[in-house]
Amino acid sequence: MDRISIALSVNGKPYQLAVEPRRLLADVLRRDLGFTGVHLGCEHGVCGACTVLLDGEVVRSCLMFAVQADGYEILTVEGLNTSGELHPVQRAFIEEFGFQCGFCTPGMILSAYRLLQEHPNPSEYEIRRALAGNLCRCTGYVDIVRSVQRAAVLLTQREAYRAP
Amino acid sequence: MKPAPFRYVRPQTRMEAMEALARYGEDAKVLAGGQSLVPLMNLRLARPKVLVDINRVAELGTLERRDGVLILGALVRHRQVERDVRVTEACPILSRAAAHIGFPAVRNRGTVGGSLAHADPAAELGCVLLATGAVVVLESTDGRREVPIEDLFVGPYTTCIRPEELLVEVRVPVFGETTRWGFAEFTRHEGGFALALAACVLHLDGQGRVAAARVAVGGAGPVPVRLREAEQVLQGAPLSEERVAEAASFACAVEGYDDVHAPAWYRQRLAGWLVRRVLQQAVGEEM
Repeated sequence: MDRISIALSVNGKPYQLAVEPRRLLADVLRRDLGFTGVHLGCEHGVCGACTVLLDGEVVRSCLMFAVQADGYEILTVEGLNTSGELHPVQRAFIEEFGFQCGFCTPGMILSAYRLLQEHPNPSEYEIRRALAGNLCRCTGYVDIVRSVQRAAVLLTQREAYRAP
Repeated sequence: MKPAPFRYVRPQTRMEAMEALARYGEDAKVLAGGQSLVPLMNLRLARPKVLVDINRVAELGTLERRDGVLILGALVRHRQVERDVRVTEACPILSRAAAHIGFPAVRNRGTVGGSLAHADPAAELGCVLLATGAVVVLESTDGRREVPIEDLFVGPYTTCIRPEELLVEVRVPVFGETTRWGFAEFTRHEGGFALALAACVLHLDGQGRVAAARVAVGGAGPVPVRLREAEQVLQGAPLSEERVAEAASFACAVEGYDDVHAPAWYRQRLAGWLVRRVLQQAVGEEM
């Protein structure tokens, strides 16, 4: 099969590559570009482990072909930690033990990150609704929900700290 | 698993898309949001030789209100149906139903046209559009035809859309001052497939009597269906507890299917309960 040239931005950096049309965005991010924080679980859109942000909105990267991402901006979990410091959402997941094996964690963190952009102070129901498409198979979701609540606090503190 | 190889075609206009479908016919599948097609391809349950990716056809993504009709382009995403103020004002039942489709990540990609063309028996949109009396517009290089939503679904995952045709838009009558509606579904978890769902749209006359009623049930049988007997029961009188109960009793007679999630009798009883619930929503009495 012929390859198709695409240009996309991942975590703020531009990339140009040639891909076979059948290659999933998730595989290209993982294998060609080395963003292994994009996890592939079910590969049919059920588990949410491959969640990335496409032009700022959460999508499942196992349900998109890389050729479709031509011209788009993508954020993976690696893009949250650019300054060498953990992002408040990442820190909250550590503080509240919102993880066990870590497989679902990147997807959870990105879904939570996007939720908190829109709703700085979400209710428990809003958190559960936003994360419903991300499955964790280690445990229940109590600590994960608590992590998101903690992240909301940390982000609010950070905003207050930054305010003039 | 990974998809089998395919030829990738990316039209920029409606005409180019229809030309591609005319050229490849049965070998081609339209790629819109991909939230149902790509899983099937990843599992190798679908192996289209050609994918016609319509995501760059900007004219298919428009949403407008014109002459009492809300026109949703095929590429309008569920997320927009859920949130766009033009939808919540013109057809609030659509926004309510769209909020129940899958998860945020699925709603950000999934499209109105894709959901209808995929024709999942448990899809929210098919059922709700049946209650609104929508019309689907299909186009091919041979011309254009308008299909009432009742005639679109032929069976589970099967529509009357021909291989060379593209579903370009859905036309939904705008709600009026005296329109009442209800929507409810039963899922085992947030964002999951509905075991049954129901929708109703009622138009009242000046005396508060039901002048026209449409009641639809989905998820129970092979295709979403209208409950015409229930509609007749409601017609011509104010809504009352007795009439709601009588109308709901017809839902238990809808065709139901057995699967790993629920037996047919369970879906039928759910349907009855949901129809009662949506009618009560329409009257403004939440259960």
